[in-house]
Amino acid sequence: MSRKIRLIARLDVKDDFLVKGIQYEGLRKLGDPHDFARRYYEQGIDEILYLDTVASLYERNNLGNILERTTADVFIPITAGGGLRSAEDVGAVLKAGADKAAVNTAALRRPELITEVARAFGSQCMVLSIQAKRRDPARPAAGWEAYYDNGREHSGKDVLEWAKQAVALGAGEILLSSVDREGFQKGMDQELIAAVAGLVDVPVIAAGGAASAGDIAAAAKGGADAVAVGSILHYGKTDVPALKDEVRALGVEVRR
Amino acid sequence: MRPLVTVVDYGRSNLLSVRRALEHCGADVCFGTQPGDILRARALVLPGVGAFADGMARLRSQRLVEPLLQKAGEGTPLLGICLGMQMLLDSSTEGGFTRGLGLVEGTVSPLPETAADGAPLKVPHIGWSPLRLASGTERGLLKNTRNGDEVYFVHSFQALPRRGEDCAATVEYGGHTVCAAVQRQNVTGFQFHPEKSGPAGLAMLRAFVESLG
Repeated sequence: MSRKIRLIARLDVKDDFLVKGIQYEGLRKLGDPHDFARRYYEQGIDEILYLDTVASLYERNNLGNILERTTADVFIPITAGGGLRSAEDVGAVLKAGADKAAVNTAALRRPELITEVARAFGSQCMVLSIQAKRRDPARPAAGWEAYYDNGREHSGKDVLEWAKQAVALGAGEILLSSVDREGFQKGMDQELIAAVAGLVDVPVIAAGGAASAGDIAAAAKGGADAVAVGSILHYGKTDVPALKDEVRALGVEVRR
Repeated sequence: MRPLVTVVDYGRSNLLSVRRALEHCGADVCFGTQPGDILRARALVLPGVGAFADGMARLRSQRLVEPLLQKAGEGTPLLGICLGMQMLLDSSTEGGFTRGLGLVEGTVSPLPETAADGAPLKVPHIGWSPLRLASGTERGLLKNTRNGDEVYFVHSFQALPRRGEDCAATVEYGGHTVCAAVQRQNVTGFQFHPEKSGPAGLAMLRAFVESLG
């Protein structure tokens, strides 16, 4: 039997708006994130991922209100991320209705945070978000470096080593975004996905650049346990049932 | 009138999600933190996210164990979710050997680390999996559930009820058969999260609320 993957709707939020940018720059406002989340839920998406795109700059996460509204009519797992600096910050988004918290910047600065969150709320809540950028696009062997602040700042950490370290510290899942592919709808970094998924024994959510069912199926075959999609849903290029049908036709199982 | 469901609040749960799902299914919801809240309840939900030893310690420190046992014994409908289901059993090894509520005979153990074919298995088990309903048992809260309905699991430990008939549904994980639901008279437990399982999960919560008349 082929593996079953989760299809996740990723909603980037700025203030109270769903936004979509290219490589995190030039944000465009698309509407109320809760409306989009509800529509995808009703269409059969498997999970919702809210990311506060400006939270790290302001050093606060602003998703509480959106999360609380979402729990009223969206009955699937919700992950919240962006600007979460401490176990208390994680506790606040969980209390507002999130099931999992995605942490990036603060974990790069202080890796022990991963252990603190896992101890306080369980490792299933602790999603490590990695923004990976190729060191040298012309030389694939150069690997990937972990970025933060929405792909603007680099950490010096090697993505593969960071992923391994984070799992050892207690990360229960890895949200793996490709900074190079983000928002372009030109396909995912399949080498990155396969490299990380082959390395760690926790679920990997592949994100960044999914433009078609083919990209999703390839990520699944490369070892991703879940794929996060944004633009292809937000701009109405397709809907959840059609996308799932296409993914299934390519030999990858998804929930009906 | 909407039936009132008391959700046990012992500081370790996705209370808001459980509340909203129950409200969506026609219930009014209050949170129970004190022994008196539990003793007054018409129906109880014991949710739970976290580790067994910590969860039981919190129930004990809030003096909720005795009231829960008393109400369950009197026939009050009680639904345990995830850790809340595991705590219905006699004991667990999570966080050291710890006694549970003992409302369903059996123990709680870690999920196997290898699949039936010997390959490594990812633990926790996170994701949507289809239920296999036990045959011949009373359907109870699963009366509107079909074989193969998919629900959302997040767990590292599994319940092992001593009596086969207490296991109302199973799920396959890595080729192993894992207990997904327990049912014993007025006491029901779901290993998965019905409040996070879309329409399939809401159908079960609706069955719970409707059973309250």
